[in-house]
Amino acid sequence: MADLAVVTEKKPREDERKIEGLSMVVFSSDLDKALAAFIIANGAAAMDIPVTMFFTFWGTNIMRREGPIQLLEKKTFMEKMFGWMMPKGPNKLVLSKMNMGGMGTMMMKNEMAKKNVYNLPKLIQEARDQGVRMIICTMSMDIMGFKKEELLPGVEFGGVGKFMASADDSRTTLFI
Amino acid sequence: MTEIDLKNVKADKTVDARGTACPGPLLEAKRGMAAVPMAGILEVLSSDIGTTEDLPLWANKVGHQYLGTIEDAGYWRVFVKRGK
Repeated sequence: MADLAVVTEKKPREDERKIEGLSMVVFSSDLDKALAAFIIANGAAAMDIPVTMFFTFWGTNIMRREGPIQLLEKKTFMEKMFGWMMPKGPNKLVLSKMNMGGMGTMMMKNEMAKKNVYNLPKLIQEARDQGVRMIICTMSMDIMGFKKEELLPGVEFGGVGKFMASADDSRTTLFI
Repeated sequence: MTEIDLKNVKADKTVDARGTACPGPLLEAKRGMAAVPMAGILEVLSSDIGTTEDLPLWANKVGHQYLGTIEDAGYWRVFVKRGK
């Protein structure tokens, strides 16, 4: 009974906790949605708001590394299939609309470059430089067979608990 | 500050973010401010009209003081005083 009282006292009261962050679930691997997520993340970080991005399901593809990767353990046939069929990293994502077999995405990328909008790899780099936390859902990695060495450097790994811990301390939570 | 006052302001640092689009100018402003002494003035040049709305809010949020904006030929000069 005495122990229980101590534990209760230790818990910070609602009004004592610092609630100021931005938390995002990045669920989609559409290029347009990924761009939106990283622009918001960078803007928030520039405003000194702590940002946590949680990449889950299709969203984990955004954070895949390109190029041949030496794997520490073998993949199953299904895991290999997932790897082949899904976009491998920020340069391989396509638009959710008007992709037109890749032509629309190419035109959009050209237009963005012409108008000096940061591209996705640049936005990811900026976010990393600004200290944005990027957490990859380990359950999604497990389903799709992604290994840690296949993901971009600087990411963290975790589950819903890690996301909720940050979402609970956030003023804004987005699902993209 | 009035526009005449702003025109006489000597910025401690000027960041040229012209040509970059959202969120470029905001990130350039944050980076530029790091090189400005306390109570010094940062001038941001931007050709993105959104910057004129974003930077005052950014300044207010992070503890700087927005001084004002002058419109120039096809771009804006935004002045912010370092507050923290």
